Amino acid sequence: MPERFREDLFEPDRKELAESPAYCFDLDRREWIAVVSAGLLVTAAGKVVFSPGIAAAEIPPSTRLHLGEDGSIIVLTGKVEVGQGSRTEILQAAAEELRVAPGALRVMLADTAVTPDDGSTAGSRTTPSTVPVVRRACAAAREMLVRTAAEAWNLDASQLRVESGGVVHAGKRFAYADLARSKRLTSTDDESTPRVVPLTEIDDWTVLGRALLKTKARAIVTGAHRYPSDIVRPDMLYAAVLRPPSYGAQLESVDLTPGKELGVVAIRDGGFVGCAAKTSYEAHNAVEAIGKTAKWRTAPHPSSGGLGAYLKGRAQTSGTGRRGPRRRERGGVDSALAAAKTLKASYEIPYVQHAPMEPRAAVAEWDEARLTVWTGTQRPFGVRQQLMEAFRLTAEQTRVIVPDTGSGFGGKHTGEVAIEAARLAKAAGKPVSLRWTRAEEFAWAYFRPAAVFEARAGLSGEKIVAWDFTAYNPGTAGIETPYAVPNVRTQYFPCDAPLREGSYRGIGATGNNFAREVFMDELADAAGLDPVEFRLANSNDERLSKVLQAAADRFGWSPAQSPGQNRGTGIAAGFEKGSYIAICAQVRVVGESVEVERLVSAFECGAILNPRNLQTQVEGCVIQGLGAALSEEIRFAGGKLLNGSFSQYPVPRFRGVPSMETVLLDRPDIESAGAGETPIIAVAPALANAAFAATGHRMRSLPLRLRAV
Amino acid sequence: MARFAVSVNRKELSTESPPDRPLLDVLREDFGLTGTKYGCGEGQCRACTVLIDDQPRASCLTPVSSVDGRSVTTVEGLASGDELTGVQQAFIDVDAAQCGYCTAGMIIEATALLKRNPTPSGSEILDAMNPHLCRCCGYRNILASVELAARTSEASDA
Repeated sequence: MPERFREDLFEPDRKELAESPAYCFDLDRREWIAVVSAGLLVTAAGKVVFSPGIAAAEIPPSTRLHLGEDGSIIVLTGKVEVGQGSRTEILQAAAEELRVAPGALRVMLADTAVTPDDGSTAGSRTTPSTVPVVRRACAAAREMLVRTAAEAWNLDASQLRVESGGVVHAGKRFAYADLARSKRLTSTDDESTPRVVPLTEIDDWTVLGRALLKTKARAIVTGAHRYPSDIVRPDMLYAAVLRPPSYGAQLESVDLTPGKELGVVAIRDGGFVGCAAKTSYEAHNAVEAIGKTAKWRTAPHPSSGGLGAYLKGRAQTSGTGRRGPRRRERGGVDSALAAAKTLKASYEIPYVQHAPMEPRAAVAEWDEARLTVWTGTQRPFGVRQQLMEAFRLTAEQTRVIVPDTGSGFGGKHTGEVAIEAARLAKAAGKPVSLRWTRAEEFAWAYFRPAAVFEARAGLSGEKIVAWDFTAYNPGTAGIETPYAVPNVRTQYFPCDAPLREGSYRGIGATGNNFAREVFMDELADAAGLDPVEFRLANSNDERLSKVLQAAADRFGWSPAQSPGQNRGTGIAAGFEKGSYIAICAQVRVVGESVEVERLVSAFECGAILNPRNLQTQVEGCVIQGLGAALSEEIRFAGGKLLNGSFSQYPVPRFRGVPSMETVLLDRPDIESAGAGETPIIAVAPALANAAFAATGHRMRSLPLRLRAV
Repeated sequence: MARFAVSVNRKELSTESPPDRPLLDVLREDFGLTGTKYGCGEGQCRACTVLIDDQPRASCLTPVSSVDGRSVTTVEGLASGDELTGVQQAFIDVDAAQCGYCTAGMIIEATALLKRNPTPSGSEILDAMNPHLCRCCGYRNILASVELAARTSEASDA
């Protein structure tokens, strides 16, 4: 048995966004698409139901698998695909357990009327949570296929095996379609009894563990795939929304006449003003014309200069629950510190924006009191809930469909655009498509929190004997040190923040691990030890030590190395969400700037499910991390964003990609964890530590810059 | 408002439009060709790249009036029936699309590059592709796709 995924090590980050719907409207208080043929439904717990013919709304909410009498096989999950490879991974998991070719399956994702509620697609949870559920349902179906065939042929089930989607014996074949058509359950089947069927052992995997290519690739390269912003409905209008001139500004009055004179649908509902027209060009022109008549009551708003002091001054030191402060302590930190050689330092990170390639987009369509919204979100059921609250609808009246979406990175948990499109569609009496502009996406989506960190530690020889870490506002992910320290105090204070904050790749772990791993380097220096040796000396987690060693080995790390010419090498590691990362970097510091010359990443997330997709996820995550480490920083003043465009907010481009290698450590003895987030957390500290080696100056804030000393 | 005639993917199409309306909007909203994507509206991400008389251009910055009477190729117009181009096939074979939202622009750019320079060096590929953003940061796989497409077409020409 593989080592289980450690649920106890996973705590949702306190900075995961939890908001009411973006609007509260002053509103007055059919038939669904049939999606599957007649056949057999298998639920998550392995329960089986025969179904005569099927309207989507009738499917039991926990259905995982549909076996059609026509031979179709559909796997259902409420997860979304935003480029991280969930669709392919689910496909592999199902094909493995059903013993069918991946091409014979269809994966249906994220349609609240059809698929189970699998929560958010966040926290790297698809791999450890959804994959096992899908595998169990498919294994139950496989087992039933064997048993039913055995009964029909009057054979012992243990003599039969499933190959290529069917049981074959003495020239006879019994496939999943035959099972669906058989209209009988074997005598031992009881719909009320969950089945527990062993999953396929890793040594027997033929589909999992392989580099299966994305199934939607052809639709993507031909332009045929319809992202949320590409959905077209009959008579659909295109929309635009009036935004406040600054954060916190409230609409006092507005005249819709200039918009209506342009022949468009123009509405105001509370603070919401929007237009819908035959083209987005007309809709934006109308909003601009209306905007000139708007009167706003503005509110004071701080600037990004001096943000660290602003946050610390607004730390919430009291309160309980998920939104409150958090404190953990074990051992005697103060007495251990008093007896040790101590060091302290503080660190800071700015706000950053996800800037997904596809801005928020939604198409909303009303059919009397029923609402369907196609939108790009990582929380389909959460957005359905927001729509239900905003429009006072029931779950049955509200359907959210998430087509495979143009990236998210934790930035698409909310439903603003869905609500806006639905409000305009209601006013227009026609389907409405709304796609935020890039400027809107920068300013009005939410941000990875800015934060401040204070770290203090006590050393005794090469060992850390006390660790005292206080974090202001980053979130709680990755806040606990993965190193072996006997006396540890960890405090987290949320702050009264100036900008809207929420999830991000790794979220709190990005800042917490930046501060910790730069501080580890400072401690290594104070202890007179090589940074790799120091980390290994303070680790009793063999998985952490192995990624450190693997990165150092591939990099050719040498304690005495000194590349010279403002060049330096650095290392950083981290643990988060069940996986481990270590990164070695070589940088050159030119003027104020840190240039990355070489990166070696070693990553381990248990058993590898798809090595190609894993490599892509780790590499993409590391390169994305170069942006937050080197160039990304949201600046604002007077309630306005100062750099809300790609020309002013530099993100990594082709030329910014250094020479890089990725070492993937496969651990078949450990259950698979997710991989899309953890690699980012070691990037910035590895570069900061390399920059210190190059210049002798500590860079304790992001983005990294050699500031005048 | 004026009428503009454009040859799009070898079909003669026309639309009634304000002259300064972006070609991107005309392709997507008037002609139903949603393969070309909006990313920024300022020519900084190049997700909206199309070929105008075989030259790669940001369609978000191109007023429809400027393509009147000219020919435009979008990602939907590359394949011949079911037969993909070498660049499209290379993007599949390398698994270069993550979310895939930037892919159409990347493929159009690479197609133009390989047409004017069938054997580009690594730095020539980098020069051509650098204006394009991929937020999934699949840059290495995208470069590998363009290199594969160049090698494949060279091999088939030999």
